[in-house]
Amino acid sequence: MAGTADMAAGTGGAATALRLVLKRLGAGLVTMLLVSAVVFTVSSLLPGDAAQETLGQSATPEAVAALRQQYGLDRPAPERYLRWLGGLAAGDPGRSLVANMPVAEVIAGRLPNSLLLAGLTAAVSVPLALLVGILSAMRQDSRLDRGLNIATLAMVALPEFLVATLAVLAFSVELRLLPSIAMVKAGAGWGETLRSLAMPVMTLSVVVVAQMARMTRAAVIAQLGQPYVEMARLKGLGPARVVFAHVLPNAVGPIVNAMALSLSYLLGGAIIVETIFNYPGLASLMVNAVASRDMPLLQACAMVFCGAYLLLVLAADVVAILANPRIRQG
Amino acid sequence: MPAPGTAVPGIGYHVEVSGLRITAPRPDSGEAVIVHDVSFAIPRGGVLALIGESGSGKTTIALSLMGHARPGLRIAGGTVRVGGTDVLSLDAAGLSALRGARVAYIAQSAAAAFNPSRAIMDQVVEAAVLHGLMSRAEAEAKAVALFRSLALPDPESIGRRYPHQLSGGQLQRLMAAMALVTGPELVILDEPTTALDVTTQVEVLHAFKRAVREQGATAVYVSHDLAVVAQMADRILVLNQGRVREQGPASQVLKAPADDYTRTLVDAARPAARPAAPAAADRAALLEVRGLTAGYGRVGADGMPAVPILRDVSLSLRRGGTLGVIGESGSGKSTLARVIAGLVRPSGGQVLFDGAPLPPGLEGRAKDQFRRIQLVFQNADTALNPAHTVAGVLGRPLGFYHGLDRAARERRVRELLDLTRLPAAVAGRRCGELSGGQKQRVNLARALAAGPDLLLCDEVTSALDTVVGAAILELMAELRRELGLAYLFISHDISTVRATCDEVLVLYGGTVVEAGGRDAFRRAPFHPYTDLLVGSVPELEPGWLERRRAGAPVPSLPGPPGAGLCRFLPRCPVRLAGTCDRVPPPRRRLSAGNETLCHHDEDTLMRLQATRAEAAC
Ligand SMILES: Nc1ncnc2c1ncn2[C@@H]1O[C@H](COP(=O)(O)OP(=O)(O)OP(=O)(O)O)[C@@H](O)[C@H]1O
Ligand code: SF4
Ligand SMILES: [Mg+2]
Repeated sequence: MAGTADMAAGTGGAATALRLVLKRLGAGLVTMLLVSAVVFTVSSLLPGDAAQETLGQSATPEAVAALRQQYGLDRPAPERYLRWLGGLAAGDPGRSLVANMPVAEVIAGRLPNSLLLAGLTAAVSVPLALLVGILSAMRQDSRLDRGLNIATLAMVALPEFLVATLAVLAFSVELRLLPSIAMVKAGAGWGETLRSLAMPVMTLSVVVVAQMARMTRAAVIAQLGQPYVEMARLKGLGPARVVFAHVLPNAVGPIVNAMALSLSYLLGGAIIVETIFNYPGLASLMVNAVASRDMPLLQACAMVFCGAYLLLVLAADVVAILANPRIRQG
Repeated sequence: MPAPGTAVPGIGYHVEVSGLRITAPRPDSGEAVIVHDVSFAIPRGGVLALIGESGSGKTTIALSLMGHARPGLRIAGGTVRVGGTDVLSLDAAGLSALRGARVAYIAQSAAAAFNPSRAIMDQVVEAAVLHGLMSRAEAEAKAVALFRSLALPDPESIGRRYPHQLSGGQLQRLMAAMALVTGPELVILDEPTTALDVTTQVEVLHAFKRAVREQGATAVYVSHDLAVVAQMADRILVLNQGRVREQGPASQVLKAPADDYTRTLVDAARPAARPAAPAAADRAALLEVRGLTAGYGRVGADGMPAVPILRDVSLSLRRGGTLGVIGESGSGKSTLARVIAGLVRPSGGQVLFDGAPLPPGLEGRAKDQFRRIQLVFQNADTALNPAHTVAGVLGRPLGFYHGLDRAARERRVRELLDLTRLPAAVAGRRCGELSGGQKQRVNLARALAAGPDLLLCDEVTSALDTVVGAAILELMAELRRELGLAYLFISHDISTVRATCDEVLVLYGGTVVEAGGRDAFRRAPFHPYTDLLVGSVPELEPGWLERRRAGAPVPSLPGPPGAGLCRFLPRCPVRLAGTCDRVPPPRRRLSAGNETLCHHDEDTLMRLQATRAEAAC
């Protein structure tokens, strides 16, 4: 007889999972390093530099050269890169040339805003996307499914600025319900903050909900055709139980992966929303840095976005690994 | 109450199906009828078998007993009553309450029907707990008791494992436990042993039969295998293309079938021995394999591949001869064929073809060597591109090996189709449009197009129904007479091999444990593994399962056998402590001309297997 399959594998499984996670983490760090090199190279290719930008067109060449030397812009590129990398690792990405204060402080002033916006959007859109995706998968090809399909397709296709503009027209101009400018004032209560963030969150949600819902639907439908699902139905389980207890544990991997991709967009991709609602987030900070050739700030912003993206993907990988008993249990 | 299995008309049926009609609505042309007006009845505690070839509607009918139709099908008419409940009129809630609680299903492939992400116990007790039949603790206790009665290892802890940690046979039994834990009044078993090796199948059948009987449940047993059905059922219903051909008590249907179609089925299940090739012991060996070692993965410093599969395999096949290779799944049968074909490089040993050593791997081989050795794959579905026409598929090797021009190619394609008994009109059809049997014929024709001397046939009939498979075997025998081909015939089915081949070779764990003329495989003494294999093939006779010597379960040994030791050691029921686990077994030639790899000599094997020998006579 085929005999006793090894039960000892269970303990080996945890080690396997840990090793896998560490491997992903290592790969993430290597990616960060590569990205830093690319960011540095690309940003040094931009025409003009901060010294010129600060002093204006009419400055004398001597003054510009003096400022360059002060900023260290006259050093060879590899040296500047290494110095910058060292600073990054130590948590000091240099001084913002335009604001004339540490980049870390500039970012610290904006990051919470961005995280708040992203967090609220995630809190709204993830449950909504799951609901829409699962519901339309369960009712595949029904009228509900087709309706939701068209709706999400339209949402994916609509440009953000259109959604944002329509929202402003509807809620601020016509209904006068919500403020059209999303300022977070220090000391404002939760109620006020939520009210002022309502429209940016709504606009961002429109885009990511549609993406995530479509991926969720596809992942669930891929599982619904499996023999184990028919078996679960033949055990007399209701449709909700079949989906939640049987299908989702197998669809978790692809679903969280899709979520990570969509959510990573919320930090760096919120530029249009931040601009329209005049919201002080990281994306608009980075665009300003490009405009003013503020390289240290630009580079740091790019690294933050990249880091956030890698973290999300890593988290998705970890969830997928933990959800898979083949890896978890060896 | 009528005794189990006797059908007293009129009263007391537990399951009654009448006028069942199932259709497949088609978008274009109305609907196709899948099941035509099927009626049957089963008394309480009876076991009815539904048999027929694939596509005959067995599973569709079985599922309708639970009010379930697969996507794309519709139960269009008729009634299904189970214990007084009109199943087809139930609403969703009613069906939920019926399924899993009163009627349970055991699926064909437990490996696919268990959820890969959840522990076994969760799945086994789920229905019982959800239907409110018992508490989780009670359900687990009952499940463990069932695991024990189904002879599963570690009944206390096996429920904590996940499906990927269990073998096919274990999963199939766990699925039976899952079905029986609620104490259902009707159990549907859908080809529950088809995916298993014969030796495992016997154990599982035993376990099923006992468990269903202990519960006093009524059962519907779906199968295409008459011999298995003979062991399990009181009554048999024969289906063909969705119609009932015949139904009656098992022994009547098997011994005195009233219907022509049933007769073909019964005949196909007992393969008639084909005459051996004209004796030609003098003819030189066409293929000779000496001390072959092969496997997968990187070859290590010791010359062994990372995953060693074949160990010291030797064989010889003469021109025009047939050599059958049998062994269970994973024993290395396909690997052997791949090495000979050059698809896998051996790590040691030699392959001689027509007296000359064949270069290992594909690179060094001459075009003519490729032409003369052709491989016919297990699964014609994947071997043929469904979008290509038959003429295109056959034309390719004709152009490649023989450089035929268009006209000559067309002529040759016609000849090949004629040779494989296919109508000439098939030439213009796409492979995807052919039936399974036709595809396998095209697959053969393609191999023949090269003009080979040796065909390596890997499970060529395994994916086919018995009747269709029998016709392919018939065709292969004719081709061999007409063209003087030699076959290396790979199969897991010893009765097919015994019927078609002159010589037989038994592989176990990548070693040749027994080899000899086919007559040596008809009566004892055998190698202990061959004995297990031969004794596990169900016979077309009710009661065989019970009569079969109830082998005491072999206490399993920890770990695989050490290097050089007998590979069968962990499962061998007659192993010798102190010898088999220390000393590599010797090769012995027995008086019937066969060679075994075992410590037991002929007389001892004879003595150990005497009971079987008597039963066979
Ligand atoms: N490409 C591969 N890499 C690694 N291992 C392999 C590979 N192909 C086959 N194996 C392993 O080699 C062993 C023998 O496989 P093989 O296909 O020869 O068995 P078989 O006797 O033909 O089985 P079956 O009856 O199921 O077809 C199995 O354990 C299989 O898992
Ligand atoms: S050598 Fe020993 S273990 Fe192997 S088959 Fe013979 S008796 Fe069994
Ligand atoms: Mg094989």
